[in-house]
Amino acid sequence: MVVLQSKGINKYFKDPVTVKVLDEVSFSVNQGEFVAVTGKSGCGKSTLLYILSTMDTDYEGELWIDGQLMRGKSEGELARIRNEKIGFVFQFHYLLNEFTVLKNVMLPGLKLQRVSAAEVEHHAMERLKTLGIDSLALKKANQLSGGEKQRVAIARALINDPLIIMGDEPTGNLDKKNSDIVFDIFKQLSEEFNQTLLIVTHDQTFADNTNRIIEMQDGRVIS
Amino acid sequence: MNLKLIAEIAKSLLLARWRQSLVAAIGVTFSITMFIALLGFMNGLNDLLDGLILNRTPHVRLFNEVQPNPNQPINLSEEFKNGHNFIQSIKSSGRRLEIYNSGAIMQALKNDPRVLGIAPKISSPVLYNAGTIDITGVVSGIDVMAESELFFFKDYIREGNPLDLKNVGNSIVLGKGVAEKLLANLGDVIQVTTSKGERLPLKVVGFFQSGIADFDKVQSFASISTVQKLLGKPNDYVTDIQIKLKDLNIAPAVAKEYAQLFKADAEDIQTANSQFETGSFVRTLISYVVGITLLIVAGFGIYNILNMMIYEKMDTIAILKATGFSGSDVRKIFLGIALTIGLIGGLLGLLFGLSLSLLIDQIPFNTAALPTIKTYPVNYSPMFYIIGIVFSLITTYFAGFFPARKASKIDPVIIIRGK
Ligand SMILES: Nc1ncnc2c1ncn2[C@@H]1O[C@H](COP(=O)(O)OP(=O)(O)O)[C@@H](O)[C@H]1O
Ligand SMILES: [Mg+2]
Repeated sequence: MVVLQSKGINKYFKDPVTVKVLDEVSFSVNQGEFVAVTGKSGCGKSTLLYILSTMDTDYEGELWIDGQLMRGKSEGELARIRNEKIGFVFQFHYLLNEFTVLKNVMLPGLKLQRVSAAEVEHHAMERLKTLGIDSLALKKANQLSGGEKQRVAIARALINDPLIIMGDEPTGNLDKKNSDIVFDIFKQLSEEFNQTLLIVTHDQTFADNTNRIIEMQDGRVIS
Repeated sequence: MNLKLIAEIAKSLLLARWRQSLVAAIGVTFSITMFIALLGFMNGLNDLLDGLILNRTPHVRLFNEVQPNPNQPINLSEEFKNGHNFIQSIKSSGRRLEIYNSGAIMQALKNDPRVLGIAPKISSPVLYNAGTIDITGVVSGIDVMAESELFFFKDYIREGNPLDLKNVGNSIVLGKGVAEKLLANLGDVIQVTTSKGERLPLKVVGFFQSGIADFDKVQSFASISTVQKLLGKPNDYVTDIQIKLKDLNIAPAVAKEYAQLFKADAEDIQTANSQFETGSFVRTLISYVVGITLLIVAGFGIYNILNMMIYEKMDTIAILKATGFSGSDVRKIFLGIALTIGLIGGLLGLLFGLSLSLLIDQIPFNTAALPTIKTYPVNYSPMFYIIGIVFSLITTYFAGFFPARKASKIDPVIIIRGK
């Protein structure tokens, strides 16, 4: 089953001169695949990921998620799709420092309202347990180390059982040990829970251990 | 309910920046405090000044004006119907000042459901005689009980007991100015002479001060029966019937109706005192302008603080959007912050405004012109408090509107890429 598909995506930056940063990007991701996107710095990986995650709507071509065409959807509808179907993990662990770890994980679940707040909390605790950080649940987000933050971010990405998890160099800012922990979590999610993952990385060993590598160069998919 | 989640996020953001939020709220509190205190004080003054005249002015007054009869005999004559009437300098006949059939009229008025109460009155021009001096003036014969109840007569008695007018025969309450000119003290007996030359000794049982000096220099009060005796009239002789209505606003219509019904002249309070509205209106207007100006200043404070908060919370906004909150959710969060500041600041403002009003109410304010007033007057109308809180919410809504819209339009990609 195809979870995500891009058809001929072009992206231009028009500031100050028009530059084409994505050129006819077409590929699809199947349910349960663990895909790594690699390529040199500046080749357009992040740009692509922002488009695939529906945050950037200024592009040419088609993006299909879960069999739906994203073009023409309103800002609110896209927010709903991000909330329900996409879990996002950034390079810099974006947690909300005003909230506890637990609340950070719960927020997308509370927004979705698929289950009651109590159930959202229960799920959040389970995710934190799976990732071995349930002891940090009641700490404020800014009291955590980098590796811990990234694990919280993964727990948050998982809270609504998303169709696909996207990551933009989620290990790029971590030391070797923490990188390995994060990779192992992804691997475990893929193998045990059949979770679909699309992770941008420039860590070759990370990429080599996934199911499939999409390599990019100057805005094109080359393999 | 998604609103609950939005409220929770708004609360967290607010508490994370509680110092700035507090400053913004204090701005609102200050302006609402001033707004309430100012309106309360200004309207207290309005009530006082209006009360000076309006309290003791009947809503409708029935009387007979001395004027030439419009139906002169010549008009009735068939013979001269087509002729030109050149009779000049027609004089008023000895038309009586008294209201005909006053007993029946008063009974009819008492049965009228629109009427709150009536007080009969006789006005008579007199000369006060004390030794060799004669002072012109007016003695009003009144029903003390009705006069006190409807027109607060008791409030204007500086010395003596107003009830003595009724209980002591041949007694008089002198205007303060009159008493000073006559050098009269309580218990003294003064002589009063009418225009017809009748003379009567009257015992001074009190002094009256209305706050209007010119009035107090000529006016005195006696009971109706005393004045009837002074004028040598029977005991149904009454020159004025003062009527207080339940609703002041219908006075002009009622006056017209009574004039026809009772075949007397009738004057309504609006015609008698049209100028008072203007002063009150201007004072109220000033209070609103000052209050709203203060609120607008407070609004700019909120606007600044929200803008700063949004600048600081770019990451938070980007994350909320990336994880599925829509632009309108973000807008609601920041509007929620603004309205919370407005509501808390406003409610505190109402409380402080009330305290300040109570404080003003304690400040001594003694003036010879206003014998019953001991402290500054304050009006505590709930309307000011309702307007205050509504204004504070409206102002903060507008102050929050543009920052909130800006927040809702933040592009998460730019923020996330910028790291
Ligand atoms: N806002 C922007 N305006 C103009 N050019 C941009 C902007 N953002 C990124 N670029 C350019 O687009 C290209 C792709 O960037 P990016 O997707 O971040 O690359 P990667 O993530 O693969 O390192 C780069 O050459 C970068 O300079
Ligand atoms: Mg990048």
